[in-house]
Amino acid sequence: MLFASSVAEDFLRGILQGLPPGAVYGLIAVGFVLAYKTSGVFNLAFGAQAYISAALFFHARNEWQWNVVVAFTFAVFLVAPAIGLILERLIFRHLPPGSALAKLVIAIGLSVALPHLFELLIGFEPVGGRTPEGLLPNGGGVFYDPFGVYPLSRNELTALVVAVIATALLTALFRFSAIGLQMRAAVESPRMTELNGIRADRVAAFSWALSSTFAGLAGVLMAPRFNTLAAPDYFNLIIVAITAAAFGRLMSLPRALVGGFGLGILIAQVDTFLPRFSANNSWVKAIEDNVTPAMPFIALFLLVAFWPPLRANKDQVDPLSGVDPPPQLPVAVVRTRFMTNLTHSVGVGFLSVVGFVVMTRADKSWVFLVTQAAIISLILLSITVLTGLGGMISLSQGSFAAIGAFTVFQLADRTGMSTVLAAVIGALVAAAVSGLLAIPLVRLGGMWVPIATLAFASFFDAVVVKLPFVGGGDKALIEGTRIPRPVIGPWNLTNDKTFLVFVVLILIVVSAGVIAIRSGTLGRSLAALRGSEVASQSIGVSPVRPRVIAFVISGFIAGLGGALLGMQQENVNYAGNFTPYATLFWLVLVVTLGSRTVEGAIQGGVGFSLFDRIIFRGDLFGWILRDPDRVPGFFPVSAKWRFVLFGLSTIGFAKHPEGLVESGKRKSHERMERRRARREARKSLEGASS
Amino acid sequence: MNPILTLESVSANYGPFNAIFDVSFSVNPGEAVALLGANGVGKTSVARVASGLITPSSGKTIVDGVDITGARPHRFVQAGVAHAVEGRSVFASLTVEENLRLSFQRVFGRSGVPTAIEKAFSEFPALERRRDQLAGKLSGGEQRMLSLARVLVEAPKLLIADELSLGLAPVIVKKIYDQLARLRANGTALLIVEQQVGHALKLCERAIILEHGRIVWAGPSNQATERLAMRFTEK
Repeated sequence: MLFASSVAEDFLRGILQGLPPGAVYGLIAVGFVLAYKTSGVFNLAFGAQAYISAALFFHARNEWQWNVVVAFTFAVFLVAPAIGLILERLIFRHLPPGSALAKLVIAIGLSVALPHLFELLIGFEPVGGRTPEGLLPNGGGVFYDPFGVYPLSRNELTALVVAVIATALLTALFRFSAIGLQMRAAVESPRMTELNGIRADRVAAFSWALSSTFAGLAGVLMAPRFNTLAAPDYFNLIIVAITAAAFGRLMSLPRALVGGFGLGILIAQVDTFLPRFSANNSWVKAIEDNVTPAMPFIALFLLVAFWPPLRANKDQVDPLSGVDPPPQLPVAVVRTRFMTNLTHSVGVGFLSVVGFVVMTRADKSWVFLVTQAAIISLILLSITVLTGLGGMISLSQGSFAAIGAFTVFQLADRTGMSTVLAAVIGALVAAAVSGLLAIPLVRLGGMWVPIATLAFASFFDAVVVKLPFVGGGDKALIEGTRIPRPVIGPWNLTNDKTFLVFVVLILIVVSAGVIAIRSGTLGRSLAALRGSEVASQSIGVSPVRPRVIAFVISGFIAGLGGALLGMQQENVNYAGNFTPYATLFWLVLVVTLGSRTVEGAIQGGVGFSLFDRIIFRGDLFGWILRDPDRVPGFFPVSAKWRFVLFGLSTIGFAKHPEGLVESGKRKSHERMERRRARREARKSLEGASS
Repeated sequence: MNPILTLESVSANYGPFNAIFDVSFSVNPGEAVALLGANGVGKTSVARVASGLITPSSGKTIVDGVDITGARPHRFVQAGVAHAVEGRSVFASLTVEENLRLSFQRVFGRSGVPTAIEKAFSEFPALERRRDQLAGKLSGGEQRMLSLARVLVEAPKLLIADELSLGLAPVIVKKIYDQLARLRANGTALLIVEQQVGHALKLCERAIILEHGRIVWAGPSNQATERLAMRFTEK
C-alpha cells in the first residue's frame, strides 16, 4: 500500500515537475507553428528573436534601471514586432512563395547573425551566473504547492498561464477573424491573394509582427529558467519546440501547446522512473545521465523519419510561381572558352603567389590560420556535395566531422595506429553513419532533412560525445582528446609547413573529386532530382540511391576534414569545433558564397579562418599603409562582426541563390565579355575600312 | 464611355526573356473578346499584364479610364478586373468554403458572407457537397468551378479567363461556357484566352490573334476562323 501511494505521488510530482518546462516548450512550439503557418518560414531564427527580447528586457531592467512594465512593453511589444517587420520588409518579401529551403537557410543565417548583432549594438555580454529575473516581483522566490508534492514558482506559474491564454487567443484569431484566413492564403500564394483584392504585403507584414511579438513574449517568459542568458541555449530550445510542434503536424496551435506540455511531463516521468543500472559500467552510466535531456531529439528524429502523417505535409506550390523569371545558369556553364581559361589562370596565379608567400614569409600563427582555412574548406566541400549538388541541407556535418576526429583519437590512443590510417578509417566511419542516417531521410520533403539532421546532431552532442568510447569520458576531461601528428616516411608532419602542404594536397584531390562528381552520372542524377523528383523517376533515376550516395560521400569528406582539424590542433576540441550551433556557421558560409562550386567552399574556408585576422584586426590596412601604427583607431573590430556579416549575407540568397561569389563572377564576366566584344567590333571595323 | 481595359503598346518580359512586344487593344464594357494563338505566343502573358501580375517593361495599362500601370494586382481587382488564372487557381491549403469566404469578405463584409456563400453553392451544387474539403483535393473541373463561383457572385466589370477549358471533359467545358455566357448577359466584359477556339469564338464578338508575342490580326470573330485556318494552310 505504501509502495503504491509512493508511486502515485512520484507520478503526480513528475507531472507537476514537467509542467513548467512543458509550458516553455509549448510557448516556443506555438510561436514556431504560428510563424510557419503565417509566413511559410521554418523559422529557426525564432530562438534568436526570443533571445533578443529576453536579453533586452534583462538589460533594460538591470543596466538602465527601467520599470518592469516599460521594459516589458519595449522589449516585447515594440522591439520584437519591429524586428519582424524589418525582416519581412528587407528579406522575406523578396522571396518567392514555396521556396521553403531558401527561407530555412536565411533563417539559419539570421539565427547566427541576429544575437551577435544585438550584443554588439547594445553592448550586451552574457555574464555567467546572473540569473535572469521574471516579470513579477520575486518571481523566483515565491512558491505555491497546492498538492504538497512539488512547489511551482511564481515565474513558472506566470509562464504557464500566459502560454495557455495566448494559445487560446491565437486559435480564436485563426478560427474567427478575416486576417487569420488571409494570413493562411498569403502563405500559399501572395499573388493569388492579391487577385482576391487583398494586399498581400500588408498581410505578410502583420504575420511577421505577430509571430515576432510572440517570440519576444516567449523569450522573456522563459528567461528565468536559464542560469545565464545565452543565445545557444535559445537555439537548442528551438529543436525541443519543433518536436512539440511536430505533434500538431506544424499546423495546429493547441496541439503544439499540448505537445509541449506532453514533452515536459514525459521527460520528468522518465527522469523519475528510469531504472538505475549499475554505475560501474561507465558507458551505460553516460547514457543514463544524458538520455533525459536528449529525449526530444530522439523523439523528433523518430517522428520525422517514421511518422507518415508528418511527411504528407509537403510544400504547397504557388500556382502563380510561373510569373517569376526562371533561374540563371551558373557562369561556368555559359561562359566562353576564353573566359574559362582566363579565370583558371588568374586563380592558379593568385594561389601560387599566396602559396609562395606563406611558405617563405609567414610566421607560425599565419601558417596555422592558412592550414585551418584549407581544412575548413575541405569540410565545407562536404556541404558542396550535399547542398550544392544534392539540393539537401544537413545540419549534422559537425557531427560527421567530429566522428572522424574522435575515431582518430580513439585509434591513436588505444592502438597507437598511425593517424593517417586512422583518419581514413574515421572518414569511413563518418561515411557509414551518414549513409545510414540518410536512408530513412532522403524520401522526406526537402524541409525535413535539415530538421532530422539537426535532431541527430543534437543527440550526438548530448549523448554520443559523452560516451567513453567516443569522447573519452572522464579520462578525456583530465587529459584532453589528444591526437598526435603522423610521420610518413621522410615527411614529418609535426612541422607546420609540411602539414600545410599535406593538407593542401588532400584538398586538391578532394576538390578534383567533387568536380568529377558534379559532371559525372551522380552529379547529373542529383541535378535531375533537384529539378523534379517525379520527372526523374519517369526516366529511371532512383530518388533514393543518388541521394544516399551523396550523403555517404559528404560524410566521408566531413569525417576526413574533422580528422585533419583534430590533427592540426593536436586535439579533437569538440566544444570549440563541432557543436551543432557552431557548425551552423559552416552552412551559412557555403550557401552565402556559393554552394555549387569548389571555389565557394574554399572562399568559405578562407572567410572562416582568415577574415578575422586580415580584415577585422586591421592587418590588411596595416599592410596597405605600410605601417601598423597608421591603422585607423576603430580596429581591431570585434570578431562577432564576422557572424553578423556572413549571417546577414544569407539575405543575398534571396536574390542570388547561386551565391554571392557566383553572382559577382557573373557580373564581372558579363562586363569583360562586353568589353571584348566591343574591341573585336572595332577591330573588324578598322579591318574593313583599311 | 471609357473602355474597361486598355493596353497601350505594352511589352513585357520574364527576366532576360521577352514575352510580348508592343501589344495594344481595348475591351469595352459588356464586350467579349477572345485572345487566340498557338502555344507560347504570349497569351497568358497578356492576361497577366492585364490583371497586374506582371508589370510591363514599357507601355500603359489603363483600367476604366485610370492609368494604373505598375500597380499591384489588388488595385486591379478593386478597379473591377477579375482574373481566373490558368491551371489551378484556388488555394489548395484552404477548404472550399474558406476559399469562398476569402473572396467574399472583402466585397460583402462579414455579415454578407453566409448569404454569398449560399448563393455560390446554389449555382454550383457540386461544391456544396465538398464545402469542408481542401480545395487542393478537388478535381480539375471542380477547381475551375470554384474559381468561377467566386466571380459569379460578385460580378466584376471585366473577367479575364485564362484557358478555362484546359484538361477538362467536354461536358464540363460546356457547363463553364454556359456560366460565362450568363455572366456576360449580366453586363460583365470578358477577355477569353483560349487555345480551343470553337467555344471562345461562339461567345465573343471580337477576336485578337497573337503570334510570337505580337498582335497579328484583330477583327470580328466570325472572320477569325478563316484567318486562323489560313495560317495553318499556308505552311
